[in-house]
Amino acid sequence: MSAVLEVEGLVTGFPSADGRVPVVDDVSLGIDAGEVLALVGESGCGKSMTALSVMRLVPKPGRIEAGRIVLAGRDLRELDVLEMRRVRGHEVSMIFQEPMTSLNPVVRVGDQVVEAIRLHEDVSQAAARARTLELFGQVRIPDPEARLDAYPHQLSGGLKQRVMIAMALSTRPRLLIADEPTTALDVTIQAQILELLRELQRQSGSAILLITHDLGVVNELSDRVAVMYAGKIVEQGSRRDVLGAPRHPYTRGLLRSIPARAEPGAPLAEIPGVVPPPSEWPAGCRFATRCPVRFEPCRDQLPDATALNPGHTAWCHDAARDPEGGS
Amino acid sequence: MSAAPQASAEPLLRVEALRTWFPIHAGLLQRVVGWVRAVDGVDLAVPAGGTLALVGESGCGKTTVGHSILRLVEPQEGAVVFDGVDLMSLSPAAMRAYRQQIQVVFQDPMASLDPRMRVRDIVAEGMQSFGIGTGTADRTRRVGELFERVQLDPDQIWRYPHEFSGGQRQRIGIARALAVEPRLVICDEAVSALDVSIQAQILNLLRDLQRELGLAYLFITHDLGVVRYLADEVAVMYLGQIVERGETEAVFQRPAHPYTRGLLAAVPSVDPERRSPPPQVLGDVPSPADPPPGCRFHTRCPEVFARCRAEAPPLFRVSEGAARCFLADPEAGSPQGRAGP
Repeated sequence: MSAVLEVEGLVTGFPSADGRVPVVDDVSLGIDAGEVLALVGESGCGKSMTALSVMRLVPKPGRIEAGRIVLAGRDLRELDVLEMRRVRGHEVSMIFQEPMTSLNPVVRVGDQVVEAIRLHEDVSQAAARARTLELFGQVRIPDPEARLDAYPHQLSGGLKQRVMIAMALSTRPRLLIADEPTTALDVTIQAQILELLRELQRQSGSAILLITHDLGVVNELSDRVAVMYAGKIVEQGSRRDVLGAPRHPYTRGLLRSIPARAEPGAPLAEIPGVVPPPSEWPAGCRFATRCPVRFEPCRDQLPDATALNPGHTAWCHDAARDPEGGS
Repeated sequence: MSAAPQASAEPLLRVEALRTWFPIHAGLLQRVVGWVRAVDGVDLAVPAGGTLALVGESGCGKTTVGHSILRLVEPQEGAVVFDGVDLMSLSPAAMRAYRQQIQVVFQDPMASLDPRMRVRDIVAEGMQSFGIGTGTADRTRRVGELFERVQLDPDQIWRYPHEFSGGQRQRIGIARALAVEPRLVICDEAVSALDVSIQAQILNLLRDLQRELGLAYLFITHDLGVVRYLADEVAVMYLGQIVERGETEAVFQRPAHPYTRGLLAAVPSVDPERRSPPPQVLGDVPSPADPPPGCRFHTRCPEVFARCRAEAPPLFRVSEGAARCFLADPEAGSPQGRAGP
C-alpha cells in the first residue's frame, strides 16, 4: 500500500493577543490510495484548518508554521505558487458543505464543470462537455443532459452537491477532501450522497480525507478515524477500534452524548463544560479541564501516544497507565 | 368540565385542519399565479406537560406549523385551540395574553438575540412587557435566578450575546422563553446548530425544566435521535401533511408509513458492526407548490402501487397511532404496517 498523503508534525497558527495560537498543533496523519480517513471533531477543533493546510489555503493571517505535507512523494510546502495551483484541482479536489457557495450562481452548471476540466486538461469544448455528461451520469444526476444547462438555483441541495462531486472528480484527483459533504442535507438526501461517495470511492481508488462532526457519517464512509480536540489528534485507529472500542475519554464522551444511542428515559451522558479557548488550554492534555478520568499528570504533562491495537493509538495518560481497561 | 388531573381529554394545544398556503406572485402586476401549500390540513395535539415532536425534512412545513400556531403567519383555515380557546378567533389584543403562554426557542441563538442588548435586558424584556416583576431591581433578580436555572453564571447577566458560546447563547434563549412563565414552549430546531456534546447538555436541561415547571413542548426538528430521546409522541410531516403519528417508541419500533421507515433507515448508524443498507427512499422532495396527485409520497415510495397514484390516502388508524398510507387501510386487505427495521 502506498501513502497518497502523509502529513507530519503539521502546525498551523494564527496571531492573537498572547502570541501565536497553534489551531493545528503537531498533527500527523496518512492516507493510502483507496482509503477513507475521517477527521472528526466538534466546531473549532482544527479539522477544517487541517484540510485547508493540506491545500495550502489557510486564510491570512494564519499560516503553516511547521511540518511536512507530502502528496505522492512531493512536499507541498516546497512548491511555488504556480506548481501548487496545479496540484489543487488536478491532484487534490475539495467538496464543501455548502455547494451553493462554491458554484457560480450565474453560470450553467454544465459549463462550470467544462471550465474546470479545460483548466486542467488540454481538451476541446465538445470533448469536455461529453465528459461532463458522463460525470453527471456517474454521480447519478437524473436526466443529466437537461441538467447540464441548469443554473445552480434550479437544482435541489442534493443535486448541487452531486454537481460539486462531479466537478471534484473531473480531474481524477489522487486525493479528495470532503469537508462536511452532507451536513447541509436532509437525512434521506444524505443517505443517497453517502451511498454515491462509497460507490465512487470503490471505482476511482482516490484517497479521501473526510472532515465531519458526525460520527454516523464517519461510520458509514470511513476506513480509519482520527479524532481531533483543540488542535490535536487525541485518538486514531480503524473505524471498528475507534467507534467500537474507543479509548480516549473524549471519543467515549462524544459517542455517549448521541441522543439516538441513549436509553429512552435516561438522562443523556454529557461532556461537561465547553472547549476552552486557546488562551486557556492546559499545558498538559487539552481535554483535562473536562475529562471525567483525569489524574495528576493530565493538566501539566502532554500525553504521549499509547499504542493499543495495531494502528490504534490514543494520546491519553489514562490509556497509558491502563491500555486494556477503562469503561 | 372534568376536573380529572390526569388523562384529561383536552390537550393544552390542539391544532385542527390547519391550512397555511403562501401565494406565489409573478409578473409586472404581481398577480397570484399559484400557492405553496406549506401546511395543508394538519391536526396535532400537545398534552399539558408533555412533548410532541414534529419531525420532517426541509420544506415539509413543520416550521410553518409553529409560526401558524403563534400567528406569526396567518393560516387560511383551521383551528388552534390553546387551553380551550381558539386563537384564530382572537383579536390582536386578546392574542397578546397567549403570546405570553406560548414561547419559542429558535435554532440560531445568535440571530434571535439582539447583539446590542445586554443579556439581562434581553431576558427581562418580555417580563416588562407582560408586567412580570415589580420593578427593575426585581426583574434583575429574576434574571439572575433564571440564569441559575439554565446553569449560567448569574454574574454574567450584564454581558453581551457575543461574549457567550453557542451553547450558552441557547441557554439564554431558553431563559428568555421561561422569563414570562409560559405553559408551552415551541422549540424550533433548538439544538440543531449545536455540537453533539453541547446538544446533550441542552437536551438534558430542557428535560429537567419540563419536569420542574410542567412545561409542554412542541419540538420541531429534523433529527430523529433527538425525537426519540425527548418526545412522548411524534408526528411525521411530508409535503405539508402529517403522514404518521403515534407514541414515539411505537413509531420507532413499528413505523407504519414507508416514509417513516425510509427516514429511520437513512439515519447513519454509529455501530461499527452495522452500516446502513443502500437507501430505499430516492430522489428529492417534490415542490410544495405542485405536490404530486394521489399520495404525496408516491413519487419516492419504494412500495408504491396503482391506487397511490390515483387517490389521496386519509390517515388510517394503526395500532398506536395513524398513518396516511393505503398499506394501513384495513378495508383493502393489505398487510397492516410492517415490522420495523
